[in-house]
Amino acid sequence: MSKIVEGLKYSESHEWVKVEGGIAVIGVSDYAQKEMGDITYVDVPEPGDTVEKGVEFGALESVKASSDLFSPVSGTVTEVNEALCDAPELINEDAFANWIIKVEMSDPSELDALMDAAAYSELVGE
Amino acid sequence: MRYYDKLIFELSKKGRTGFSLPCNEYGRHVSELPSELKRSSSPELPEVSEVDVVRHYTNLSQMNFGVDTGFYPLGSCTMKYNPKINEEIAAMSGFSSLHPLQPACTVQGALEVYEAMDKALSALTGMAAFTLNPCAGAHGELTGLMIMRQYHISRGDFGRTKVIVPDSAHGTNPASAAVCGLEVVVVKSNADGRIDLADLKPLLDDSVAGMMMTNPNTLGLFETEIIRIAEMVHAAGGLLYYDGANMNPLLGKVRPGDMGFDILHLNLHKTFSTPHGGGGPGAGPVGVSEALRDLLPVPKVVREGSALKVVGRAGSGDETPLSAGEVSAFLGNFGIILRAYAYILMLGKENVRMVGPLSVLNANYVKECLKDSYKLPMEGVCKHEFVFDGLIDDGASKAADGQGATTLDVAKRLLDFGFHAPTIYFPLLFHQALMIEPTETESKETLDAFIDVMHRIAAEAAENPAVLREAPHGTPISRPDETTAARKPILKWNG
Repeated sequence: MSKIVEGLKYSESHEWVKVEGGIAVIGVSDYAQKEMGDITYVDVPEPGDTVEKGVEFGALESVKASSDLFSPVSGTVTEVNEALCDAPELINEDAFANWIIKVEMSDPSELDALMDAAAYSELVGE
Repeated sequence: MRYYDKLIFELSKKGRTGFSLPCNEYGRHVSELPSELKRSSSPELPEVSEVDVVRHYTNLSQMNFGVDTGFYPLGSCTMKYNPKINEEIAAMSGFSSLHPLQPACTVQGALEVYEAMDKALSALTGMAAFTLNPCAGAHGELTGLMIMRQYHISRGDFGRTKVIVPDSAHGTNPASAAVCGLEVVVVKSNADGRIDLADLKPLLDDSVAGMMMTNPNTLGLFETEIIRIAEMVHAAGGLLYYDGANMNPLLGKVRPGDMGFDILHLNLHKTFSTPHGGGGPGAGPVGVSEALRDLLPVPKVVREGSALKVVGRAGSGDETPLSAGEVSAFLGNFGIILRAYAYILMLGKENVRMVGPLSVLNANYVKECLKDSYKLPMEGVCKHEFVFDGLIDDGASKAADGQGATTLDVAKRLLDFGFHAPTIYFPLLFHQALMIEPTETESKETLDAFIDVMHRIAAEAAENPAVLREAPHGTPISRPDETTAARKPILKWNG
């Protein structure tokens, strides 16, 4: 059974969002990292790039598959977790502690369409 | 199998060579090279004799597994036997000694093979004309999509930027569309494992350039609604693209052109028995319907009276303005085209009709024999391949740690019995996908031996999954650490 953290927002493509003021901290769920297996490469955008809700902004690669990352919100990337480039295994170790990008949201109301922990738990069948 | 894992650098002995050159009496004329182009240190090449090189690569080759050594049921890859007559013909010096820049009048025989292959493939697929220039399956896909894009642009329709791809598609389909600058839209499969028409309908608008399909699809299932799908895509103004990866079961029986496909590519290294391996050389000829003939890439081989000419290259003065352009330097991987042509002639019109039915019979035989041990998510008759979703009893209930055997473990265990593993974890529709394609070139005895081993592995899993989880036990390397290899690859010799 995978871990699901209360108080976060979740997308159907298994990203989580933690809201810190106008900034959305984005990562992937524990369920996603388990499904992927050992992650070997994290492809991330540059700070200053714009992201769009539902559009891919990067990718995770594991020994099993490559999977696109979809942004749960629109906005501008303010920060990227550089540590993941050298140590992609951090996502396997703790998918919630190791965020991927931070985004300054252009439309915070987009958050309303995301799931809460209970709804996400139902989606992944746990 | 004798274990051998040396690198050629480890055999290197200073000063050892496999040649003897006469003394250089003229000096080294490198002074006129700009300094930034000159290396500052000697190249670090292995210093070995001829016999060192021969033994090294012969030993390495014996660590290999291929269709010439054993059964290779790799789903989606059509690993059929490659008849040796193909090699004999390709090695004939009249073909193998040709230079691509020879005047056309001196290579009429080779051009005749090109023309005859165009006609043979057109007849087998129901298309109007082929280019044989693309050098691989994915290269063929890209060429086909360039033709698709060119078709819309040539009509002045610039708004068609989307390509519809099923969720069961080969990964190359969305990748080729993206490389071609087109946007990928995914259409879902229904509960029967086929394209969901209700999901397709709303996607078909005037932004659609076309749709890519494999038929039978990657689950080995024939798309029974194909005529309806072709009508829908055409009604929306799009073109229908056929990914020829799964052409084998249809060969000589059903033609994509008759199903309504406008563009297709074939993998000669799958359906037409040319070698796989080492990343090439492959060949991905592209066929089109009559309406798209002028859009085919250049150079083209055309007949003028009794002579064949190569026309259409940029700057040649005989350009064909509608063409999608040049996709390879010359006329494709000619040696591969030649091998495939030899295969077609060897089978002949009568026997080519047996390829599809026999590949379907073999796949269904293996499927029916194994479905009491492996989960079969899609019941019914399959085409040339089928997908299991892991073991029925993975042994988890009996294991001390509660961990059962996975599809990966089954695949690894098969190596102990001298079989190549099937394709695993593809298609992505199932979590434990195990995709088996026996091809028509295997005998019942070989299939029975494989079936016995698969049953035995399933019984082992149910009893003691640890046997599988630690497999393979008998190969030179058991389970390489793929994760570390991918995270921290060592890509050069650190001598």
